[in-house]
Amino acid sequence: MASIRGQFEVTGRMRTWSMGLIAVGLLAFLIGLFTRGFSSNAEEQGVFWGTVLYNSVFFMLVCNASMFFICVTTLAHGGWQVAFRRVPEAISAVVPIFGTIAAVVLLYIVFGVGHGGHHHPVYHWLTRGDDQILAEKKGFLNAPFFVIWTLLSIGLWSYLGARMRKLSRESDEGSMTLEQGKRWIWRNTVMASLFTVWFGLTVGSTVPWLWMMSIDAHWYSTMYSWYTFASSFVSGVALIALWVIFLKNRGLLEYVTEEHLHDLGKFMFAFSIFWTYLWFSQYMLIWYSNMPEETIYFKHRVQGAWRGVFFFNLIVNFVCPLLILMKRSTKRNYTLMTFMAVLILFGHWIDFMQMVMGSVSKDHLTLSWLDFGILALYIGMIILFVGKALTKAPLVAKNHPYLKESIIHHT
Amino acid sequence: MARKKFVVGSFDDEEVLFPAVKKMRNAGYKIHDVYTPFPVHGLDHAIGQRETSLHTAGFIYGATGTITALSCMSWIFTADWPLNIGGKPHLPLPAFIPIIFETTVLFSAVGMVLTFCYLCQLAPFVKKHHFHPRATDDLFVMVIECTSKTNVEDLKGFMASTGAVEVNEQNVEAGWWLGRYDKDQKLYADESAAIA
Repeated sequence: MASIRGQFEVTGRMRTWSMGLIAVGLLAFLIGLFTRGFSSNAEEQGVFWGTVLYNSVFFMLVCNASMFFICVTTLAHGGWQVAFRRVPEAISAVVPIFGTIAAVVLLYIVFGVGHGGHHHPVYHWLTRGDDQILAEKKGFLNAPFFVIWTLLSIGLWSYLGARMRKLSRESDEGSMTLEQGKRWIWRNTVMASLFTVWFGLTVGSTVPWLWMMSIDAHWYSTMYSWYTFASSFVSGVALIALWVIFLKNRGLLEYVTEEHLHDLGKFMFAFSIFWTYLWFSQYMLIWYSNMPEETIYFKHRVQGAWRGVFFFNLIVNFVCPLLILMKRSTKRNYTLMTFMAVLILFGHWIDFMQMVMGSVSKDHLTLSWLDFGILALYIGMIILFVGKALTKAPLVAKNHPYLKESIIHHT
Repeated sequence: MARKKFVVGSFDDEEVLFPAVKKMRNAGYKIHDVYTPFPVHGLDHAIGQRETSLHTAGFIYGATGTITALSCMSWIFTADWPLNIGGKPHLPLPAFIPIIFETTVLFSAVGMVLTFCYLCQLAPFVKKHHFHPRATDDLFVMVIECTSKTNVEDLKGFMASTGAVEVNEQNVEAGWWLGRYDKDQKLYADESAAIA
């Protein structure tokens, strides 16, 4: 085992690229902040903070999804992912950073964004007035609960994720006997179940309602959280695949073969279909019953300014994965998998954009330099922080009891 | 139907079977099939069978199902018998999608099962020759088809040298036929001694 080249190092080129992207992104953020964020025009304010909101939430959920990926495969006693398990671990190590950013953004939107007694530019349930519908929802949609639940969610994701990573690092020391291995698996399973339960209570139900659905405070859909989860999870798997391919191209991760890539491809395919299933279930029920308080969400998306984005979303996130990823040879091809992973990440970023911005700005498509600037900021941060997290541990968890199973994995 | 000559070798261990398969193929013999009591991982690649095209067939059946459902429903609801259902348009695509989906699944599933049965030559009353009764119990049975150019004695000797516990020569029906085992072909006639 001594000959394994198991340590990743951040190269100068990666550092240059990530710094450049972060600089561009920060510049865009600052220009946006001073021209729109602090503007007295509620609409401009809404667009700026909405853009910051969907980006910070999207990238945090995508990175958090990689810890969920580790936990569910652990609970299913899946051994195949052990060969590259350190990659999702490193991706999830940025959750505390992205979580802090998202928490600051969310709390600032609630407390800092001025509204001068009128409608709040993003969360209009904060200025409820004598609105009867919002008065009935005030047990859930109120500032104290929002703050507590946001901090609790992000804090526990970070804490439980850190515990999982710490446990994984502990296995690197020395070697394990059979008994130690069994005990380690047991502790790992317990931690994974704790994370999964908390993940289900937050991403699987409450948090997307609170952060994103509440922008349309009168409208509701119980499927919304599942939809958000599917979107972020398929993007999370795509991000894992991208990093695995990147490391593989650098001659690292020697135990990862195209069998592992094939299984990541299956995840990407399956959860693209799952996303479509939820998309369609939400859309068709609302379309069929045709009740004004429900169709209000789709009215301007299907018939108004967001029409193009609406159908683009469906083509990129459903038709392309369905037709391209269906073939076995695609899922085993590094080039095509890279292309599909980038496409899926981009597609679901667009999906998050239309979910948030389509509600903040109903009459205008808001896609502008600001969106791409903040996207660049987050890409730069992912390259830098995930790269740094990867250097902190050997890339192969050499004592993991299921490592052998992963090495001989065959789909 | 065509009767062909086969050389049949039985192996009692997977560990012996794999190198034997490799040696046989390196020596230039084409393996007709290997019958095993349980699925052996990687054997299909080792004996040089090509990837199945069943999934391509499945895709075609599925696409047929999609087109059938879509064209059928849109013809009925626009041309043949338009109905006003809840004020919806006559071509309500979202409402059609569940049915299109179900038809796609139905066509591809049933089509693939039937194709699979055809490829494996499985059907009621269809009979096939069994090369060795213990292939369903504890022996791995390798079957090699002889051509007019094959030197049968050489082949038998070579097969024994690769580790076969038992080698014999069978002149049997190669395909599948309708009928009854007891009338069409006497099976297991010379096997009772081997089992005992």
